[in-house]
Amino acid sequence: MIDRDQVLHVARLARLRLTEEEVERMTGELSSILDHIETISALDLDDTAPTSHVVEMENVLRPDEPRPSLPRERAFEQAPDTDGVGFRVPSPGA
Amino acid sequence: MSGDLIDLTAAQAGERVRAGELSASELFEAWRERAAADSLNAYRWVADAPPPETDAGAPLAGVPLAIKDLFCTEGVPSAAGSRILEGYRPPYTATAVERLAAAGAPMLGKTNMDEFAMGSSNENSGFGPVKNPWDESRVPGGSSGGSAAAVAAGLAPWAIGTDTGGSIRQPAALCGIVGLKPTYGAVSRYGMIAFASSLDQAGPLTRDVTDCALLFRHMVGRDPLDSTSTGLPDEVLLPAAERLDGLRFGVPPELTRGGVDPGVGAVFEQSLRLIEELGGTLEEVSLPHSDQAISAYYVIAPAEASANLARFDGVRYGLRAEAGDLGSMYEQTREQGFGDEVKRRIMLGTYALSSGYYDAYYGRAQRVRTKIAEDFRSAFERVDLIVTPTSPTVAFGLGERTDDPLAMYLSDFCTVPMPLAGIPAISIPGGFGEHDLPVGIQLAGPAFSENRILEAAHALEGAIGFDGSPARG
Repeated sequence: MIDRDQVLHVARLARLRLTEEEVERMTGELSSILDHIETISALDLDDTAPTSHVVEMENVLRPDEPRPSLPRERAFEQAPDTDGVGFRVPSPGA
Repeated sequence: MSGDLIDLTAAQAGERVRAGELSASELFEAWRERAAADSLNAYRWVADAPPPETDAGAPLAGVPLAIKDLFCTEGVPSAAGSRILEGYRPPYTATAVERLAAAGAPMLGKTNMDEFAMGSSNENSGFGPVKNPWDESRVPGGSSGGSAAAVAAGLAPWAIGTDTGGSIRQPAALCGIVGLKPTYGAVSRYGMIAFASSLDQAGPLTRDVTDCALLFRHMVGRDPLDSTSTGLPDEVLLPAAERLDGLRFGVPPELTRGGVDPGVGAVFEQSLRLIEELGGTLEEVSLPHSDQAISAYYVIAPAEASANLARFDGVRYGLRAEAGDLGSMYEQTREQGFGDEVKRRIMLGTYALSSGYYDAYYGRAQRVRTKIAEDFRSAFERVDLIVTPTSPTVAFGLGERTDDPLAMYLSDFCTVPMPLAGIPAISIPGGFGEHDLPVGIQLAGPAFSENRILEAAHALEGAIGFDGSPARG
């Protein structure tokens, strides 16, 4: 179960603005999905290690050698707003 | 295009080019015309000119390739089915695409998909759903639905897609073609727009198993730009097997009984009989944690997605909503740019990772993942391959399941366990089920057993004798 306040809290964490209608719908949908997911709480997993990566690998290392990166002008080509030195954004404090 | 050319598999067309009976540019132009006439909404972009001269001696001989829009292609629109990336032209190309181009498979077009690969029907594309060429009122499956529909309809000789919980295999099944999800790490993920990084894997969608092996052979390999890539220990071989003598096939009741439609079940039973006729043996094997696989998947994949999709914030590329301050700009950009399913998964994933819930959801799901991998490991001590239906149903109607996201998630139960365990699986057409629509048969094997899977799929494909030509019109 997830309630309306939790939905609003999670939306803030995810930087998502939801319409009133979306909050309503999301509360119902997420609740039914989470209820189903609860099936994993019935398992005894105390002695089971978590898997974060399925293929066994040791550290993957490479020589620390400089190599060319994306030229600045290429990186800015797709930018919504740039002054040619950085990505321009609205003020955080406005 | 002449009926002659469209009836050739990619491998056959390549042989003609190599024999000098057909020029690569002639072949490209013929396929380009087919692709440009797409009426299924399978393509998002089609090449408007042939590529620079392809070396006719190259292993893939200039046979053009349809590419899921999730792969970054330099200077060519790559939106991953999302409005937030509409018009985005990446400054670099995905390694898998570069490898295939270097092997002689030039880009024919970019194919439509569920937004950020989240979906099983292609109805979550920001650019409209793809239609199934067998019945245009039905979905092609997803998320690689554009690639699957294009190959099935004869709008592309072959294609690549990506699979996180079934996104290659399920659309291949619903469109009556072959689709392979490789072992995690076999193919570089560099340049794939990330959904769930511990699960995502690129693979081929093709008309038959030989084309699948040929394309796959030139995709694999370790890539210094993806430190999780391993390549394969052995070269991918072109399959030749016509028999299954000595091969042990495991049939897991958890993935073959409950919830499988009767028509799909009948095709599956028929394929089990064919396996025996070809000399293979059948044995019941249990995958006891299959019921929890969907739950674990729908925690892990959204959790990873919520982190991966944080990069879409209107700062560096893609859509930006105009707003007075930075925080509002982020929120409004994401509100306008993401579709419903993507928002749902970001919410689910953020919740599962949030303070106070992490252990109960993400932590537990990762432990379930261990259980699922162990289930497969013990099964593969007794059998060589596991056989199941790929999808419990044939292609469903457009709009039929959009109101119930949970029901849509639950329909992935045959395909979700394999990526959780990182193991490879193929879907091949097994015949026709409900409404005379294609049914897929799935063969899964241990990590790095792609050659075994391809050999067995080749033998079974020969015995099944599926005819996909009606979908090519």
